[in-house]
Amino acid sequence: MIEVSDLYKSFDQNHVLRGVNLKVHDGKSMVIIGASGQGKSVILKCLLGLIKPNSGKILLNGFDPNSRQKSVIRSKVGMLFQGGALFDSLPIWQNVAFRYLHGKQKINAKEARKIAIEKLERVGLKKSFADNFPSELSGGMQKRVALARAIATQPEIIFFDEPTTGLDPIMAQVINDLIRELVVELGITAVTITHDIQSVRSIADEVALLHNGIIQWSGLLNQLDKSKNKYLKQFIAGSTVGPIESLR
Amino acid sequence: MIGFTAYTGRMFLNLCSFIGELAIFCIRVFTNTLTPPFFMRAFFSSVVQIGWLSLPVVGITSFFTGGALALQIYAGGARFNAEEVVPSIVAIGMVRELGPVLGGLMVAARVASSIAAEIGTMKVTEQIDALSTLSTDPIKYLVVPRLVAAFLTVPLLVGIGDSIGILGGYVVGVTRLEFNNTIYLINSINYLELWDILSGLVKGAAFGCIIALMGCFFGMRCEKGARGVGQATKSAVVSASVLILAANYFLTEAFFSS
Ligand SMILES: Nc1ncnc2c1ncn2[C@@H]1O[C@H](COP(=O)(O)OP(=O)(O)O)[C@@H](O)[C@H]1O
Ligand SMILES: [Mg+2]
Repeated sequence: MIEVSDLYKSFDQNHVLRGVNLKVHDGKSMVIIGASGQGKSVILKCLLGLIKPNSGKILLNGFDPNSRQKSVIRSKVGMLFQGGALFDSLPIWQNVAFRYLHGKQKINAKEARKIAIEKLERVGLKKSFADNFPSELSGGMQKRVALARAIATQPEIIFFDEPTTGLDPIMAQVINDLIRELVVELGITAVTITHDIQSVRSIADEVALLHNGIIQWSGLLNQLDKSKNKYLKQFIAGSTVGPIESLR
Repeated sequence: MIGFTAYTGRMFLNLCSFIGELAIFCIRVFTNTLTPPFFMRAFFSSVVQIGWLSLPVVGITSFFTGGALALQIYAGGARFNAEEVVPSIVAIGMVRELGPVLGGLMVAARVASSIAAEIGTMKVTEQIDALSTLSTDPIKYLVVPRLVAAFLTVPLLVGIGDSIGILGGYVVGVTRLEFNNTIYLINSINYLELWDILSGLVKGAAFGCIIALMGCFFGMRCEKGARGVGQATKSAVVSASVLILAANYFLTEAFFSS
């Protein structure tokens, strides 16, 4: 379970988060939507303990990521970064098996490689890519590798930051389906950030809309189209008229 | 007037916060250096990057510097009939001063820039954040191996540079200045003391630390975009070079003034 209450974060005079409240139950998939620059990535970075919030409480399965329990959390959390964030000095399989090659979960390299190939196949990549470097792969393939890395150690919680941005619609749907499958199959609690409404419909159990530093609306996926919330209606319609200013 | 005061005030505060940031960084790096785990593979690849691949640059620079030094000292020495000091002054000058300083500056240009660019790119593409989320401390994985590698290899480079510089002086001395080659060699070595050589190597180790720390520090605080990486690279090279020259003075003062 993920619980966020009254989360505040500002960078100098830029008040990005102004009291965010969120709750995601075990095994559920929460999708956060919102215009770009609204602080969606900042929320994830706070959840991961990469950015220290000014105030507010965060608990991931009972642990606070901004405390000494950080390392406990990190071993249970997977993250897919917006740009993939693959290590370009390491071949694909070492990227995927990173946790198995270093640190507490270290196992021998042969085993690690086997697991990496398993995970690559799970996300639809052929074994023959294992020894390529990230720069030799297309954007969609890199996303898949990043996905394989995120699920490599069976996380309890997983975060996806704009998993489909920059992909063609077909590849985007492949990634969406993959995420949905993984979440259902592995029973992982997931938080996905996107501004792609198609992704929302494919992967969400619940949806939250972030604007002006707070969650303006949240609810189940089937309530999405029934809601009268003016932010949500504008966002779904992709309209330039409404409370979300189009020029910023 | 108020504008000026406010401006200098702000600059001063920025400077203080910068120095604070750097100090915290160095403390974090040193504590991480002394605690496990140590990333061996990253260390060896840094040794190759910093040490092995810098050899040609350092070698060529030292050779020509040694040669030029021989010509200069010969010309200077001739003014008071002391041409025979060429071999020993070339050796002492190379070993104590020019070997470490030029070696340090060349390695700074080559290595501080590439470290800053590499780590800076990792920073802006979120690879550093990715490391943290994969339970690996970026300081341990990226900074410590480079620091230790630079600390160990730059003195070696300096030692090699010293020898090649002396060789450069010898070649010029024998071919252009008509020195007898055995006498040149004997005089090179005879007046050289162990401490001359050691002090240069110690300087090299200090410069190695400066180079790695500056490269990593500016890489880690790199800002978004290609511009950010360019800025980080430039800052790393400039500050490493300036700090090397400043540190060289203070080390020389500490070693030889009495
Ligand atoms: N490390 C940082 N330092 C300063 N400002 C930041 C930092 N990270 C994000 N911001 C600012 O926070 C705001 C939200 O950014 P972000 O979370 O990336 O937006 P998005 O919702 O598109 O993911 C932006 O205005 C950005 O400039
Ligand atoms: Mg973002």
